[in-house]
Amino acid sequence: MGGPLCHVKPSTGRTRRECCRRIVKRLLLAATIVIALASISLLIGVGDLSLQALFSPQEGQYATQVLLISRIPRTLALILAGTAMAVAGTIMQMLTRNRFVEPSTAGTVESASLGLLIVTLFAPEAPVIVKMLVAGGFALAGTALFLRILKLVPLRSVLTVPLVGIMLGGVIGAITTFFAYRFDLLQSLNAWTTGDFSGVLRGRYELLWIAFALTLLAYLAADRLTLAGMGRDFATNLGLRYRSVVSFGLIIVAMVTATIVVTVGMLPFLGLIVPNVVSLMMGDNMRRSLPWVALLGAGLVLACDIIGRVAYYPYEIPIGTIMGIIGSGLFLFLLLKGRERLA
Amino acid sequence: MIEISNVSKSYGDTIVVREVSLQIPRRGVTSIIGPNGAGKSTLLSMISRLAPMTAGTVKVDGLDVTRTPSDVLAKRLSILRQDNRVGSRLTVRDLVEFGRYPYSKGRLTPEDRAQADKAIRFLDLQAYSDRFLDELSGGQRQRAYVAMVLCQDTDYVLFDEPLNNLDMKHAVGMMKLLRQAADTLGKTIVLVLHDINFASCYSDYIVAMRDGAVVRHGPPDVIMTSEAIRDVYDMDVEIQEIQGRRISIYYT
Repeated sequence: MGGPLCHVKPSTGRTRRECCRRIVKRLLLAATIVIALASISLLIGVGDLSLQALFSPQEGQYATQVLLISRIPRTLALILAGTAMAVAGTIMQMLTRNRFVEPSTAGTVESASLGLLIVTLFAPEAPVIVKMLVAGGFALAGTALFLRILKLVPLRSVLTVPLVGIMLGGVIGAITTFFAYRFDLLQSLNAWTTGDFSGVLRGRYELLWIAFALTLLAYLAADRLTLAGMGRDFATNLGLRYRSVVSFGLIIVAMVTATIVVTVGMLPFLGLIVPNVVSLMMGDNMRRSLPWVALLGAGLVLACDIIGRVAYYPYEIPIGTIMGIIGSGLFLFLLLKGRERLA
Repeated sequence: MIEISNVSKSYGDTIVVREVSLQIPRRGVTSIIGPNGAGKSTLLSMISRLAPMTAGTVKVDGLDVTRTPSDVLAKRLSILRQDNRVGSRLTVRDLVEFGRYPYSKGRLTPEDRAQADKAIRFLDLQAYSDRFLDELSGGQRQRAYVAMVLCQDTDYVLFDEPLNNLDMKHAVGMMKLLRQAADTLGKTIVLVLHDINFASCYSDYIVAMRDGAVVRHGPPDVIMTSEAIRDVYDMDVEIQEIQGRRISIYYT
């Protein structure tokens, strides 16, 4: 636990306060990098948005509009989605006690897409928030089903867990694709499953603030989630109501996933890589690690989006694709390097 | 006092614990011995509300363990099971400080920190306090778990095979430490032990189980007889008194 963020090392002879200061300093440095990335994200694009343009009398109005309607919403969406997805991945890994689990390896994303498809079929005019809630309900049910199957599967090697999740996701995904095909909704389905921020405009991303609020809520419960991650017996011994904490965590994961699928589409690997990197760096005490998870998540998403926008300028490569490439590379590296610990 | 009345546990047709009634007195060390599959661990799990019981009641200082809120019980009774596999990467200090969770709910007071320091010193873990659990040896990890449970500072402390993973020196050290916790801190320690000689040397009271039932119980000199051990383990062993302690010679 420590102080809110502190990790005191008596062996190094530093006092608690000095340690806190060091940690805050490092967090500030990381935050600065994220802010720098965000500024770059604001300035890239086809429309001219240099400082001169912003303040010049002729182009000023146009540039301000681009900034307010497109660039700021997009950058905010990147930060919010990156933060929320990375935190959701961390929560899932704690609750399943498996480092390979994240919403896209547990059937959560596919379930959310199925829910979204069904609500689009039956109530196409429903407001976005309703669609999100339905998708969230499906995501929750799908994740619960995943946990249920895990209980029934006798052999629980580390790799069986994500394999079961990927299979379950495959089955649910197949059902979704079938109906999407029959009802001519394949394009929408593709939009939900591939993350893409190019369509983000003012008025189309605000739902992500809900995901952000949920991550804040998770931070408030960080101690309880960490305890739950130690297993049912440890948690019960310490007086924690294990089942309700697990349910709470799953609801957050499901709702965050649904929000992201509805607004910008799935971001693969994010929930897998960021928690693993942070865990290697500073362990699993979520009170301490979650701020890092959030910053790293935001930073990685911003960086990937910037690469996608610059690599093939003036066209864009969807972030889902970039993330897939960078993410799988990083993941392979982690697998090979941290093999002993992960397996 | 822990009052166990008519406690049973069955899985389908298999009865694991059958109508056990027992009173474990306050203070001191009580050891539960018996062959594999005798139901020792199951009984311990039921006492500590980790496993539901099929029938019967367990009361700790008059509190029914199945009805008392878990966080209230967590300040009275703690348990460490065997085969603990905390997958999380926590430092020893984090883990031990989590022992204060029933009191602090995550907001550690200076007193909580002092308790954690004390537990870390008690288990001689100062040198490892900033190491992650997955960087420790099995024995060091076991000691870290014990430190956490002691940091929880409950009157009743239950251990399922606390000598797991410990070498001779640390096993003896652990038993001395538990004895000390009972004598100087006034704790009630309940252990499941495999080595009956440790039970003989360090307990005030021994409970012997077999096939889910308590077959004998009493102070060590009553249980440590060839006849009683034969009843429990179905094995002829010689018991000798060495330096005032009853030791069974069962190796050959």
